[in-house]
Amino acid sequence: MASASVLSEYKAPVSAHFSPYDFNGGTVLAIAGNDFALIATDTRLSQGFAIHSRECPKTFTLTNNTILGCCGFHGDVLTLTKTLAARLQIFEKDHNKPMPTASIAAMLSTILYYRRFFPYYTHNVVAGLDEEGKGCVYSFDPVGCYEKESFRAKGSASAMLQPLLDNQIGGKNQNGYTAQSLTSTQCVALVKDVFTSAAERDIYTGDNIIISVVNKIGITSEKFQLRRD
Amino acid sequence: MALADVCGFKLNEDFGNDYSFGTLPTVNDALKASLNFTVPAGVNLQSDVYSAFNDDSNNVKIHFEHGTTTLAFKYQNGVIVAVDSRATMGPSIESQNVKKVIEINPYLLGTMAGGAADCMFWERVLARQCRIYELRNKERISVAAASKLLANIVYDYKGMGLSMGTMIIGWDKKGPGLYYVDSDGDRLSNYVFSAGSGSVYAYGVIDSGYKWDLSDQEAYELGKRGIYHATHRDAYSGGIVSLYHMKQTGWEKISMTDVTDLHYQYAAEKEKARK
Repeated sequence: MASASVLSEYKAPVSAHFSPYDFNGGTVLAIAGNDFALIATDTRLSQGFAIHSRECPKTFTLTNNTILGCCGFHGDVLTLTKTLAARLQIFEKDHNKPMPTASIAAMLSTILYYRRFFPYYTHNVVAGLDEEGKGCVYSFDPVGCYEKESFRAKGSASAMLQPLLDNQIGGKNQNGYTAQSLTSTQCVALVKDVFTSAAERDIYTGDNIIISVVNKIGITSEKFQLRRD
Repeated sequence: MALADVCGFKLNEDFGNDYSFGTLPTVNDALKASLNFTVPAGVNLQSDVYSAFNDDSNNVKIHFEHGTTTLAFKYQNGVIVAVDSRATMGPSIESQNVKKVIEINPYLLGTMAGGAADCMFWERVLARQCRIYELRNKERISVAAASKLLANIVYDYKGMGLSMGTMIIGWDKKGPGLYYVDSDGDRLSNYVFSAGSGSVYAYGVIDSGYKWDLSDQEAYELGKRGIYHATHRDAYSGGIVSLYHMKQTGWEKISMTDVTDLHYQYAAEKEKARK
């Protein structure tokens, strides 16, 4: 009997704390033009003050018309992009056509919301062409609230990039001034400038940026070096 | 009988997706899990997940879009719905162009306050349920029934962290309908409602100017003023005032006005009245 009472004092092992998330930095930025969409990402992957990789882009080509920007916790980024790729492949085999950008955005919203009670810690932007060939950008919160916009920065340096975009592309709150729509060359130049500024002040953004432009010809990407420190 | 049955082909009994909410998946299959609500095994939601959102010592801060002023009131010619358009995540303004009135169908509107994703998702579910009701019953769903569907759905998730305060506005056989439904399980009907962080200010304005026999123009003006004054005092509200009018013929979108324009318009009116 004595041994039984000793046994009963044992409890199942309880872990004191488990943190299911981390933050791995990274910034993504997307702009929709009249006949193109642009999405840019930096390539730094960090954890606290440690830089794990200088060659880790956070954009993912989903179809010939659509690119996803996804940053936050890298583990969730990997799982989410893997899941999306599988769902898109299933759709393509079922319907004999790639999924349109607007549908990808709607599907991503539900995938994110289905994890409402244990969310993916990811900031997402979808950029691409709509079914009329116009550029479009959809931005998401971590649990799938989404919205169509014309330009959007997400991730670590979003609070530095977004105001610049509001000023330069949106022409927000400037009396008597209406912003002109930019060409893709102008947008690429602007993106290089704003990312250079962000790399100057944000430790989680740096190394390189990869700028991808989607238009009716397809997707073209270019790499641009930022500060190396 | 399906061809598979005739041929004696049996689908694997495990084929169905059993990763629904509340069951513990034995295999971590992210693809299957992406089709349903899921919570993985071995994770303590209350302590681990929520502390990841709220813990100050944690560098991971998951913020959801929040904050709002919405209002709706009944009067002699129907129901007026007015909302702002700002979404905030923590201290940052995430968007100034949110559509906070969700157009469920031509005779039903829902407003969103609280968690933006919660409202967006569940009101989409509600829209589907309302359409299914129409197809089954060959008539439109009543506002009371639609609001009760939503209230029952969110009540199932009570205590799990959903956050929504929504108004369901419509027109049915009984005339104009206005219900307030929230994630605690409340479902109320009344003449005037306001929800969201700026609702206290909106109530103040609406209550002082409200009467049953307002003209259409007076009612529109009162709705706009309610939202404007809320955006002025509540930092979580702002952007654009969207105004809807629910009539016997269905809803109509009346206006979208930037609150900055309203501010100078009201200032000019005040100045003129003073002289």
